[in-house]
Amino acid sequence: MLASSLRFKKPALFNPVLYVARFYSHLPLSVPIKLPNGIVYEQPTGLFINNEFVPSRQSKTFEVISPSTEEEITHVYEAREDDVDIAVEAAKKAFNSTWKTADPAERGKVLYKLANLIEKNAETLAGIESLDNGKSLFCARGDVALSANYIRSCAGWADKIYGRLIETGSSHFSYSRREPLGVCGQIIPWNFPLLMWSWKIGPALATGNTIVLKPAEATPLSALYVSQLVKEAGIPAGVVNILPGYGKIVGERISRHPNIKKIAFTGSTATGRHIMKAAAESNLKKVTLELGGKSPNIVFADADIEKAVSNIIMGIFYNSGEVCCAGSRVYVQDTVYDKVVQAFKESSEKLKVGNPFDESTFQGAQTSQVQLEKILSYVDIGKKEGAKLVTGGERIGEKGFFIKPTIFADVKEDMRIVKEEIFGPIVTVSKFSTVDELIEMANDSEYGLAAGIHTIDINKAIDVSNRLTAGTVWINTYNDFHQNVPFGGFNQSGIGREMGAEALDNYTQVKAVRIKIDPKQV
Amino acid sequence: MTELPEFHELTLPNGFSYKQPTGLFINNKFVPSIKKETIDTIDPSNGEKICSVYAASEEDVDVAVKAAKDAFKTTWRHTSGSDRGRLLVKLSELCERDTDKLAAIEAIDSGKPFEQNAKGDIGELYNVLRYYGGWADKVHGQTIPVDDNKLAYTVHEPYGVCGQIIPWNYPLCMLSWKIGPALAAGNTIVLKSAEQTPLSALYLCNLVVEAGFPAGVVNIISGLGPVAGSALSTHPLVSKIAFTGSTAVGQIIQKAASSNMKAVTLETGGKSPLVIFEDANLEQAVKWAAFGIFFNSGQVCTSNSRVLIQEPIYMKFIEKLKECIDSDYKQGLPFGDDTVMVGPQVSKQQQDRILKYIEIGKKEGAKVFTGGYKVTDDEVLAKGYFVKPTIFYDVTPEMTIFKEEIFGPVVSCIPFKTEEEAIELANDTLYGLAAALFSKDITRAHKVARELEAGMVWINSSNDSDFRVPFGGVKMSGIGRELGEYGLTNYTQTKAYHVNLGLKL
Repeated sequence: MLASSLRFKKPALFNPVLYVARFYSHLPLSVPIKLPNGIVYEQPTGLFINNEFVPSRQSKTFEVISPSTEEEITHVYEAREDDVDIAVEAAKKAFNSTWKTADPAERGKVLYKLANLIEKNAETLAGIESLDNGKSLFCARGDVALSANYIRSCAGWADKIYGRLIETGSSHFSYSRREPLGVCGQIIPWNFPLLMWSWKIGPALATGNTIVLKPAEATPLSALYVSQLVKEAGIPAGVVNILPGYGKIVGERISRHPNIKKIAFTGSTATGRHIMKAAAESNLKKVTLELGGKSPNIVFADADIEKAVSNIIMGIFYNSGEVCCAGSRVYVQDTVYDKVVQAFKESSEKLKVGNPFDESTFQGAQTSQVQLEKILSYVDIGKKEGAKLVTGGERIGEKGFFIKPTIFADVKEDMRIVKEEIFGPIVTVSKFSTVDELIEMANDSEYGLAAGIHTIDINKAIDVSNRLTAGTVWINTYNDFHQNVPFGGFNQSGIGREMGAEALDNYTQVKAVRIKIDPKQV
Repeated sequence: MTELPEFHELTLPNGFSYKQPTGLFINNKFVPSIKKETIDTIDPSNGEKICSVYAASEEDVDVAVKAAKDAFKTTWRHTSGSDRGRLLVKLSELCERDTDKLAAIEAIDSGKPFEQNAKGDIGELYNVLRYYGGWADKVHGQTIPVDDNKLAYTVHEPYGVCGQIIPWNYPLCMLSWKIGPALAAGNTIVLKSAEQTPLSALYLCNLVVEAGFPAGVVNIISGLGPVAGSALSTHPLVSKIAFTGSTAVGQIIQKAASSNMKAVTLETGGKSPLVIFEDANLEQAVKWAAFGIFFNSGQVCTSNSRVLIQEPIYMKFIEKLKECIDSDYKQGLPFGDDTVMVGPQVSKQQQDRILKYIEIGKKEGAKVFTGGYKVTDDEVLAKGYFVKPTIFYDVTPEMTIFKEEIFGPVVSCIPFKTEEEAIELANDTLYGLAAALFSKDITRAHKVARELEAGMVWINSSNDSDFRVPFGGVKMSGIGRELGEYGLTNYTQTKAYHVNLGLKL
């Protein structure tokens, strides 16, 4: 099932009723769009290759819809294999030009400029993100700010990529350099279109690589919009190439392209596994994967319950639950279990779900109908498995993919709703009594992306944190990112780390140079 | 006691008019000094007074330090690294925007040729600020595995108030080397500019405000070393002092810093050797050697003031060096034509000092190949503090001009026979700031480089610094390193945390 596993996280786009690829060669290369908040802007619709927007070779387009209204926003050109080849050629040419060899501070300079431009266009970008993804403006604004911060941080890294001088005695002079890899293929998901774009391009550009990036077919708009800013910032032609398109076509070609030296992917574990295989079979590309999760969020009896509940809510309902590190398994110590479940229920029912452009909205729409259906199907599964539905479990309204924040309590650890990633505003609450019991339950997962701990006991916090199998542990907070703190998974949640100094390792390779300087010495 | 206007309206020889602040910059405001004392700043290209600015007394230093302390406590230590970085990058952008203005002020005040020298300094200024802006959110501690019962980690904390005293040879560059890493690491600053060159730093204060730095984070005072510099070095609320200047003053500062055990960074004098082997690319060696001693009128702490040349090419090198001076190192007014490379010395005092060394050199038996006098043949230049680029040859290690730092366009050429002899001559000095060597032989280059006692070694170049590469001296050339990531370590102190997770007594 290669084709289906390459659908990444949005098989909705293959629904023949909703999404029909069309020949639409007269699609202009940009269209005016009026956002519900009144902002009017020009949306590029072409592939971004060599700093220009161009139609795809076959002139096919696909439809982009607004998940909060289910209406078409626009079409954009759809890249196919031949477009990938052109983009890779452009990226390869750019890599072999001054991008790789120029003073790295120059790369930093243009990235600083890009960060400023993102901030300058923050409201438009937030609006695009809300329109295209369905997330509330509240969430979208946060994404834009995080993106700008991260690009700025990468700008600072550009001239701080060190090798080492390795002292091996006076007979030799030995040193290492960290060199860029070349053309990097990057495939990003639809849950944080702009933020994932920044996590991918930031470190790749800072280290001197060039890029062919495929945004998710559900959410291509922000990546195309910022391409204009990439050009305006002074990033040379061919360094960043953006190809909207489908996973099984564009993603597949990128994963197998012989001139792409590295592939970075964020999305489902199934697709990640497929990409890794494709990378291996083609040319042993370096691989970075940031995949699924089923992250435990733990509340001890001694925790500040009010704050813990607000963190649990941020953990699972933030971004409509479409977060790979969502705290989708809540574990509460038995003595406060009922109290926490009650408080969690009450707070969840107060969350405002609806029009993403309403300033008071916390939770917007799910990104696609298939996601909505998938989530609702898990509600049924949960009920059938005997879990107690505490609140939610239903779609809101008929138009737009809205769903109520949903809590299942009294779950058993072998239930599917506890085991499988649902990727929506749906959470299970389990009970534990001892730390050992908790650790066993929390670590009983094929994933290992993140975890949360709520306690006032410093010893317990650190002890439990040390024992959890997770790439990120949040203590008395959740979904709390910083551009300098690495992010990535244990187990089947991924390979490599994004953000922080660690992200730079994903985009460099070490060259060791050893010079014999005294022929008389052995 | 003189009342000065808040600004002087100045028009520079290139037509640039601007408002020159006169006050001490404390708490984001220009204020008069308490005692209304002033210093005159002189245009070294003609000896005329440019203007007066207020000079800080001990009391003013105290006010500035308290402002810095207050800012550290109330705002700056709570400002995230990301935000500190943004401010530094913003300041860098403003400096880049104002390149021509800042360069013009630098040229009038220090005598640097506007086109060939001062503008380059502004490039260094904004590159350094941007570079450290990038570091501000990347100053990280470590976690250290000990055992299951302990969480151990380190945090690199700022010192608090840093006193910084900078020289007159690179007023804005030295300012950036000082404030860039200090601010990135989270310190607040009281910086004293050199009394000869206070103007550009005061102008830059406008940009500090425009960039949005909170009040009290950057305080810049003009003043005399024995007054303001001394007050800064002994002030009990200053936790760290950084100085660039002469070795003699460095020693005074280190002694003064012992009053409250200030951390000390010193970047002091040098008598840096440049070793040229017979297999070198002679043409390049000549050009770099000339650059290393005549650029900035030889007023560079790393200048290659001693050139050691292997015997077979000794005289040939010296002849070519003179040719290079004649063709590439045109002396002239700072705002003269765009090809002027060598301006005046910064002050009458410096000019006299250099001329005195030239006389000593002659008396001790060194031979002058070219130069060796102050410029008198040109009516215009005769008014300024110009010294002819000077080559001494047949210099021996006992001579004063081999040993002492002259800080002017005066180079001593010494022949050598073997590698061993070259290394011995090169290291025969109290200083150890920089060294350079020319050879095409990769083995010899690396081998000799290892043996040179210096904080920096240039292979097949000279005075070829870069803001990402550490800069500083061994022996009496200094303590600590500026620039690069190493530069940050001067401005942080490590605090180790031990968290007991279960060890019971």
